[in-house]
Amino acid sequence: MPQLLDRDTLAGICAGGDERLARAELRRQIGRLERHLGGLVAEAFPRIRIDAGVAAASREPRAIGLGELERVRDALATRIAAGRRALGEQAELETRNRELLERMLVEPAAYKWVRITRDDLGEPGCGHWHSRPRFGLLGMLMGWWRVKVSSGCPL
Amino acid sequence: MAGVEAAGSGVGWEPPPEQGWVAPHLAAELPGLGIAWVEVDGRPGRSPEPVRRRLRGLSDRFFGAAAIQMRERPVPWAYRVFFRQIGLDPDHTRTPIEQLALDRLHDGAFKSRGLPADALTIATVETGIALRAFDAEQLEGRLCIRDSAPGESLAGRPGELPHGTLTIADERTPVGLLFGATAEGRGMERGTRRAAIVAVQVNGVSQMAVDEALRTAAVSIERS
Repeated sequence: MPQLLDRDTLAGICAGGDERLARAELRRQIGRLERHLGGLVAEAFPRIRIDAGVAAASREPRAIGLGELERVRDALATRIAAGRRALGEQAELETRNRELLERMLVEPAAYKWVRITRDDLGEPGCGHWHSRPRFGLLGMLMGWWRVKVSSGCPL
Repeated sequence: MAGVEAAGSGVGWEPPPEQGWVAPHLAAELPGLGIAWVEVDGRPGRSPEPVRRRLRGLSDRFFGAAAIQMRERPVPWAYRVFFRQIGLDPDHTRTPIEQLALDRLHDGAFKSRGLPADALTIATVETGIALRAFDAEQLEGRLCIRDSAPGESLAGRPGELPHGTLTIADERTPVGLLFGATAEGRGMERGTRRAAIVAVQVNGVSQMAVDEALRTAAVSIERS
């Protein structure tokens, strides 16, 4: 469908309002927005789930009109905006967690019992970093803290 | 139609798939929409071992990440866009390839459901193309995509179709909804001896991909 995507201006639509051209332009926009949304969903997986659903205009397949196409286009744009926001918030959270981990590795005693998972950093797998005392109770009393790295997912 | 050429001939056909027509106002409104089909001898029933083996092979190649990334691939994306353009939500009414992906993840494998379903599954997963199977002997004339006329209904389904519903039709009546139910008596059933494998083409999907999908499905059915 590159031929649809390449045409990126509204020049094709007659100002007088040829509805068919307007519908064609809306379909092109829907195609482009669907591509953006698909990209966001793939980028977010598996960290967060982005809602890509847009209520169906019809229960049965049919050539939908201008108003319905506009509604689908607008709903897709809203989904994309919400998806970008969610992805941005998630990225910010992961950055903060990464900074926390760096501080924790430098000074484990300042972050007693803090546990950061790979999931918290947006990384695949099921390992974690855990600030805990060396030699159990003795280490706790003596202030011998360290960050222990888990061995990953159980088999 | 004579048999399908044996494997090893690329997408070569003798004769090639038949092309149906699209109602002119729909063709103008939805450019790229098309329908093509092939007929092969085949009955519904248990899939032969080579078909089941191929399904298992496909299952081994298909994982969750592939299902998520699928919507970025050109052909599945083209069907998603088309669904939006005809008023359907592809996250509710799944495109054929996405429905198969979901079933694969749910069931843990592409489960064999016999022919013609397995043949359509293999071809759809390999190419992304939306395929249907009908009883060829119950079809009259060329197939087409058109919208339903006032008062028209789909056999086996109560009530009339809402005016303007997109259907796959032969020269007599609708034989199925576009991406929906098949009319009663038109699908492949116990007495079927000859199958019509139908591909629905949408904007952004190449004719070569359609031909490949039809050929893949037809070969699987003919081997039974």
